[in-house]
Amino acid sequence: MNAIDWITQVLEVVVAVAAAPAFLGWLNQCRAWLQNRRAPSLWLPYRNLHKLFHKEAVIAASASPLFRIAPYVVFGAMVVAAAIIPSMSTRLPLVGSADAIALVGLFAAARMFMTLAAMDVGTAFGTLGARREMMVGFLAEPALLMVIFVASQISSSTALPVITDHLASGHLGLSPGLAFSAVAFILVLLAENARIPVDNPATHLELTMIHEAMLLEYSARHLALMEWAAQLKLFNYVCIGFALFLPWGVARAHIGPMGLAVAIPALAIKLAVAGAALALIETVSAKMRVMRIPEFLATAFLFAVLGLLVHVLLKA
Amino acid sequence: MHRLLHPVAASFPMLLIGCVGLLLGWTVIGLAGLVRPRSVVLAGRLLFPLGALLGLALALLAGASLLGGGIERLILPIGLPSLPMHLRLDPLSSIFLLLLGASSFGISLFAGGYFRVGEGTAPGLLCLQYHLFLAAMGLVLIADDAYSFLVAWEVMALASYFLVTTQHRIAEIRRAGFIYLLMAHVGAICLLLCFGVLQGGSWHFTFHAMRSAHLSLGWATVAFALALLGFGAKAGLVPLHVWLPEAHPAAPSPVSALMSGVMLKTAVYGMLRVGLDLLGRPVWWWGLAPLILGLFTIVYGVLFAAVQTDMKRLLAYSSVENIGMVFTGIGLTIVFAGSGLKVFAALALLATLYHCLNHAFMKSLLFLGTGSVLHATGERNLGRLGGLIHRMPWVAWLTLIGTLAIAGLPPLNGFVSEWLLLQSFLFTGHLPHAFVNLLIPMAMALVVLGAALAGYVMVKFYGVIFLGQPREAALARAHDCGWLERIGLTWLAVGCVALGLFPLQVIRALGAVTHQLVGAVVPQSSSHWWLLAPVPERSVSYAPLVFLTATLAVVLMTVLAVRLAYRQRERRGPAWDCGAGNLTARMQDTAEGFGQPIRHLFQPFFQIERELPEPTDRAPRYRVVVRERIWRLMYEPISGAVEGLANIAARLQQGRISVYLLYSFLTLLVLLAVALIR
Repeated sequence: MNAIDWITQVLEVVVAVAAAPAFLGWLNQCRAWLQNRRAPSLWLPYRNLHKLFHKEAVIAASASPLFRIAPYVVFGAMVVAAAIIPSMSTRLPLVGSADAIALVGLFAAARMFMTLAAMDVGTAFGTLGARREMMVGFLAEPALLMVIFVASQISSSTALPVITDHLASGHLGLSPGLAFSAVAFILVLLAENARIPVDNPATHLELTMIHEAMLLEYSARHLALMEWAAQLKLFNYVCIGFALFLPWGVARAHIGPMGLAVAIPALAIKLAVAGAALALIETVSAKMRVMRIPEFLATAFLFAVLGLLVHVLLKA
Repeated sequence: MHRLLHPVAASFPMLLIGCVGLLLGWTVIGLAGLVRPRSVVLAGRLLFPLGALLGLALALLAGASLLGGGIERLILPIGLPSLPMHLRLDPLSSIFLLLLGASSFGISLFAGGYFRVGEGTAPGLLCLQYHLFLAAMGLVLIADDAYSFLVAWEVMALASYFLVTTQHRIAEIRRAGFIYLLMAHVGAICLLLCFGVLQGGSWHFTFHAMRSAHLSLGWATVAFALALLGFGAKAGLVPLHVWLPEAHPAAPSPVSALMSGVMLKTAVYGMLRVGLDLLGRPVWWWGLAPLILGLFTIVYGVLFAAVQTDMKRLLAYSSVENIGMVFTGIGLTIVFAGSGLKVFAALALLATLYHCLNHAFMKSLLFLGTGSVLHATGERNLGRLGGLIHRMPWVAWLTLIGTLAIAGLPPLNGFVSEWLLLQSFLFTGHLPHAFVNLLIPMAMALVVLGAALAGYVMVKFYGVIFLGQPREAALARAHDCGWLERIGLTWLAVGCVALGLFPLQVIRALGAVTHQLVGAVVPQSSSHWWLLAPVPERSVSYAPLVFLTATLAVVLMTVLAVRLAYRQRERRGPAWDCGAGNLTARMQDTAEGFGQPIRHLFQPFFQIERELPEPTDRAPRYRVVVRERIWRLMYEPISGAVEGLANIAARLQQGRISVYLLYSFLTLLVLLAVALIR
């Protein structure tokens, strides 16, 4: 079955990289419908990327090589992350090399490169974005880890496929510990992917930006890679959510290649529902002030810790 | 005694004699510096590199001893008449000797290019102090009786005191040195008492006698608490950490590197030696003290690191944080070992030792990097740096490795020890103590919060110093470091990468230590040399090499794809900055600005003095000073009480000989009375 596992692995990465812009397009469509606007095309993100790749890149005179390396590193990190999240199958050859803690580390590495690149040119908005991104990150990252620890205490492993396997084979319905951490996870997902209420992806006001402020100096292919990486990050986060809280439909051990035939439509349905749900959340909430964000994330962190406590208490 | 040395062990203690020879070699090199104390060429180009080579040799010897896993003993007829000097080389000493030798190789090479004429102490004298410091640290690690341990410990403290006060003409530095000396001696007194308790009435002060002494639970607890205080003061455990942020910025950078990278680890060594070796099997609840103190230290250190504006103070607080990580690991080890869960104890101990090794490399690298920046610019203040990646590419790129490593990012070394520590935390559900099991989620939350905040601190550290635009015009004249310094930095950076990429090999080598201290080795469930899978019953694994290869492959493929599919056009232009156009370098975030969210969020932790400008000010000035509350809450009352006591005692000293004669007379009377009653 080794060859099939490898094919699944490659397929999963390719699907993630290819479908990530479409997922964002779908989210934007749903949001437009909910807001009584005419929806943009599902393929708009692709056209946007295509346009950016064709443009001439302008690099600030004061930029160092770090500025040019960062988009590739960030994009590469997101692709590798896609490889170790069991979105379709839990039999992935690469997952042995990195567990969920390493996955969080990978996100942290991408964040670090992005913030360093934002500080590199030395503009006021870039450093402002970097500082705010780190402010979001230092609370969101531990919250995500705590969410993962709840799941890993249940399945006694920090490897994502093992967690998914274990949770998928259990009974339907969340355990109380997981329910708490699901709330925490949604909050972290919104914050980490620069969605409303933490950040506004459609904003044109620099003073309220977080993610966009870091990308202000990027243009053309570098910007395209950064945007694609952001779309992949959103896709990855949603898939982590599926792996932890909605593990059904994923091709598991002993199911064989036929499992994939179930897994791909299952993933598509889950993505469609998740996109609509995210659009709903973004429509009904308003962007909050920057200094309120730590409270939002501290809530997420507390929910995750509470989830772990509840799990330990119920087990004892 | 006719023979100079008489081996106790059956086999000839070849490696141990080699180690002693190398330590003597360091002393000789130090003394050679006195031949021409003002010569930079002699000290810098010859003696320091020579000392570095001895360090490498020491690392090799220690490595050989570690792989052999044996114990060597030696008794030298030096010291007290009834107590010759006992030396011993076992796996625990070996790993710390390896740490000392390997990181001092890089630091000494760097130091060879670093010290200049006309900066405080003469280079020859510095060379003596520096190498005595190294030799004393080595002796601490192989001492096998309380007397030689404490003598070496004191030599280490004094040598480093003189190194800290190299620029003794500055009053602030003298004050920093005084605080350091004071804390070192508070710690040393605790250790003296600790060894006094440990001998358990046998009055034999060899470690061998202490191992076989049977202490009651109460006395053993007292000994453990004293050791925690004494070694905690040296390591920088909150609230005994106050000397660290004073002494590290005051010292020359190679000395800061040595103190932070290596000397703090001798305290960790001492804690492990007393807690897990001399005291025998520990009681599980002892572990709660280092665990809780360690967790508090992590958060405290990293929060203060985030609001610093002096780059070396920032690193000093970051060291406090890392020491917190290490003591958390020690606490967990003791909790597991005391509960009889040997394999888990071995895993926690592994995380502890691994973190010590990592920290020795990455923190030395960062301190040396700040040393180069300091030399090139004359600035320690983050607010006057910036953009140095253009002027100092070597230092900047090598420091980037250290920055990413200490932020705990895969696939570098900082991540491995954090991974191991978190894995051992995830096991605590197996503990038979329900109360502790409940505490563990909180503990884990604090560890991950600390790790994430470390990332924040490191982005600030690196971004403000090396990235952006230069904040001062003088920075345009900054120059990159010399070749000796480059070699030193490169060695440490390579160490960070190697420790990150080959965890399995390091863990195998550490197996002898965990076997010695907790009687178990962490099993390896996978047969692949590149796959780290420490826990058989949990399918957890981590393969940094595969991970790195995959990431690099993806990055390369992306670069190629972008190059092939699209025309490679680009040009340089002025920074866009939203078209504002007239923004200057002064408008970048300063260190204060970057730390502002932390200062705002964790306000109760800090004592903040702020000076805000009025709207009408001609020359507006913004100043903010962040202090530790601990000075006012703890140290000022203590120093006040000591002064009060001293004043009372001073009344006894009348300065008249008749009064003193009266004292002697009264003392004699009391003694006679006691003798008569007996």
